[in-house]
Amino acid sequence: MNPTVTHSTFTIERRYSATPERVFAAFADPAKKRRWFAERNQRTAEFEMDFQVGGRERTKSELGPDTPFPGVAITNDTVYQDIAANRRIVFAYTMTLGDRRISASLATVELLPSDTGAVLIFTEQGAFFEGSDGPKMRQEGWNGILDGLNAEVE
Amino acid sequence: MPQRINIDRVFHALGDPTRRALVEKLSEGPMSVSRLAAPLAITLAAVVQHLQILERSGLVHTEKAGRVRTCRIEPNALSEVEQWFADRRSMWARKLDALGEFLAEEEKN
Repeated sequence: MNPTVTHSTFTIERRYSATPERVFAAFADPAKKRRWFAERNQRTAEFEMDFQVGGRERTKSELGPDTPFPGVAITNDTVYQDIAANRRIVFAYTMTLGDRRISASLATVELLPSDTGAVLIFTEQGAFFEGSDGPKMRQEGWNGILDGLNAEVE
Repeated sequence: MPQRINIDRVFHALGDPTRRALVEKLSEGPMSVSRLAAPLAITLAAVVQHLQILERSGLVHTEKAGRVRTCRIEPNALSEVEQWFADRRSMWARKLDALGEFLAEEEKN
């Protein structure tokens, strides 16, 4: 079999009425990040973070009843790569579904001041082991998923 | 009634090249077991076994009408799994919306 990995990059932009300082604090302060990142709209069994370059973060949640795999654990393991206060956070993270590693990514959060608050630009550059690369994967259809699954299941 | 998708069974079902070939073939449209088996270099009995595993995973549905057993992809199962795998972007979109809600609440307090 030829294991395949799909690479993909995507960007999401959001505008907030809070200053870059406050948005940054929501990422940097573990109590704040727990609230919006780990516990909002999901059941989280484990959340710990060490916000410094080289520091680790782990969020282990249970997939909800509205997902195809209710009750299955999904784990995000993060290592912070670069932190520029109020401007930039770069982290590497993996996602694990049950005990299967499904992706490894580099994510960059950039914060820019705007007239009304802050602009956040989230960029992810990822290696998706089972062929999950968002819209592009949908275009390629099922063959892509099936090929990509090889890496995980063989 | 479509079966609930079971992640372990789906991964197991799709972890075999013959079963992936069957799913790919069936994504062209429903067909009988014998027609499905014809291009494959394995016995009909082996195809039936593979189909049972696919059926238990919820990915494929089979139905017997008279002597002919017809197989088809369970479309909901496929789109559910596809949706789930494709979800990384929307996962972050939801997280960043949650951040916006958090910041708005923080502002009020």
